[in-house]
Amino acid sequence: MTRHVIIGAGQAGLQIVESLRKEGFSGEIALIGDEASAPYQRPPLSKKYLLGQITAERLLFRAPEHYGRLGVELRLSTRVTAIDPAAHTVTLAEGSQLEWDRLALATGARVRKLGVPGAEDPRVHVLRGVEDAEALRQGLEQAARVVVIGGGFIGLEVAAIARKLGLEVKVVEAQSRVLPRVVAPLVSTFFHELHTGHGVRILLDQQVAALVPSADALTVQTQDGTVIPADLVVVGIGVLPNTELAEAAGLACDAGIVVDEFARTSHPHIVSAGDCTRHRNLLFAAPHRLESVQNAVDQAKVAASTMLDAPVPYAQVPWFWSDQYDVKLQMVGISTGHDSLVVRGVPGPDGFSVFYRSGDRVIAVDSINKPAEHMAARKLIAAGGQCDPERLADTSTDLKTLLQ
Amino acid sequence: MPKVTFIDLEGKSHQCDIANGLSVMEGAIAGGVPGILAICGGSCACSTCHAYVDDAWADKVGGPNEIEDATLDLANDRRTHSRLTCQITMQPEFEGLVIHVAKND
Ligand SMILES: Cc1cc2nc3c(=O)[nH]c(=O)nc-3n(C[C@H](O)[C@H](O)[C@H](O)COP(=O)(O)OP(=O)(O)OC[C@H]3O[C@@H](n4cnc5c(N)ncnc54)[C@H](O)[C@@H]3O)c2cc1C
Ligand code: FES
Repeated sequence: MTRHVIIGAGQAGLQIVESLRKEGFSGEIALIGDEASAPYQRPPLSKKYLLGQITAERLLFRAPEHYGRLGVELRLSTRVTAIDPAAHTVTLAEGSQLEWDRLALATGARVRKLGVPGAEDPRVHVLRGVEDAEALRQGLEQAARVVVIGGGFIGLEVAAIARKLGLEVKVVEAQSRVLPRVVAPLVSTFFHELHTGHGVRILLDQQVAALVPSADALTVQTQDGTVIPADLVVVGIGVLPNTELAEAAGLACDAGIVVDEFARTSHPHIVSAGDCTRHRNLLFAAPHRLESVQNAVDQAKVAASTMLDAPVPYAQVPWFWSDQYDVKLQMVGISTGHDSLVVRGVPGPDGFSVFYRSGDRVIAVDSINKPAEHMAARKLIAAGGQCDPERLADTSTDLKTLLQ
Repeated sequence: MPKVTFIDLEGKSHQCDIANGLSVMEGAIAGGVPGILAICGGSCACSTCHAYVDDAWADKVGGPNEIEDATLDLANDRRTHSRLTCQITMQPEFEGLVIHVAKND
């Protein structure tokens, strides 16, 4: 019988399985993941879960019985250690081998380590998996002073939760603004003020040089000599795609497993999807790597279609969200390469949207507490993004009407 | 625990016990109701938990709030009693609730 094997039981891996079955594949499926938990959601790990509002059980994407119903062999706590592309096998950590007709790599990403002295101290936390989140949640219960290293989404979400828990929070960011790589400066300013307004202290342009342990503190030292004593340090400085297996198997990698618009790697029978890929999306000229639920799911659907020899190209508009305090940021598109901005509304508590334009096209939109504008923007970008900038900026024009 | 009946796209019904305080979506996932996908995990961002509240229950359950209303605009075949099941929180008065699963993909 035909057997398809998926490495990585995260959001992308699970979606590949679901799509294979939905499209009628009736052969064997093995979903292999090295984490102990059945596939679960990561976004709440830096939101509700960290706040203690939901249990780990509520993170699960599917009830355990679901895998039986789907007819998938779910192997947890099992690491794949090698792929033999010529023999069509994978080797599992305990030594056994599994044959495959089609193979999918959905290995995700892991956190980037802070390469400074003291970074191995047990008071240093990272956040990727549910075990990290549980350790961090418990750590926060004991802490009074928290230092977050990295002013990206995860760092800022953790900072917001730590403030909600009543802790003293400082954020140390190496660049000159928070969220430096992903949003326009005025959006960074909005989030900066949001956090300082909630009592967070943000230190910009500060490179961490060392973490100095003592009995009653772990002191963060920056390169300019600033010292910040902490009870707990959270490092959120980005992730690295898990490409080692693919590289060892001779698949093309370039800061991500390289795949085309059909999620095909450089091997015709191996696909890849999710955080681990540097991929082509027909809506964009250049390949990129994304870390988002949308990408994991939409690219997984493409990968499944390719595994079934009925390939459908990837041409979905990327979207993302982040929750901090009572603010919901929703993003759509990719702003890289924009040459002008249109701001709709006034940055502040009532919400606003920022439209990133390239020539006369809107290529990305960030909406802050403006869900209707976000949803209209998704449609606008999917339709090519052509739109009169004056009407975009005019809050008396209903965005929905711009789509007609 | 209140019981909810989900009617899937093929007309099959699925009975789920859903604890008060959980969302209707979470109950559907736990009960393996086909068609409720919930890829954003209840963050009101994806619309893949879309369903129709049975006519007899529509008043009691009520309509969407602003963000849900916006997200519903992305759903397939939105109708008068469309709701995102991740935004309906179970409460004792919902004993016997009937939900019709929409076409989610
Ligand atoms: C704290 C946090 C908050 C987030 N918040 C948001 C958000 O608000 N919105 C949003 O859109 N996205 C968010 N994301 C990103 C989103 O969760 C990821 O993009 C998504 O989970 C990617 O799915 P994936 O399947 O590609 O990778 P992963 O979820 O990383 O899954 C990959 C799996 O493969 C396993 N694996 C790797 N190598 C092997 C091997 N050799 N053998 C076996 N198993 C292996 C890994 O252990 C892992 O379980 C967040 C992520 C985190 C960590
Ligand atoms: S689960 Fe995504 S909107 Fe309900």
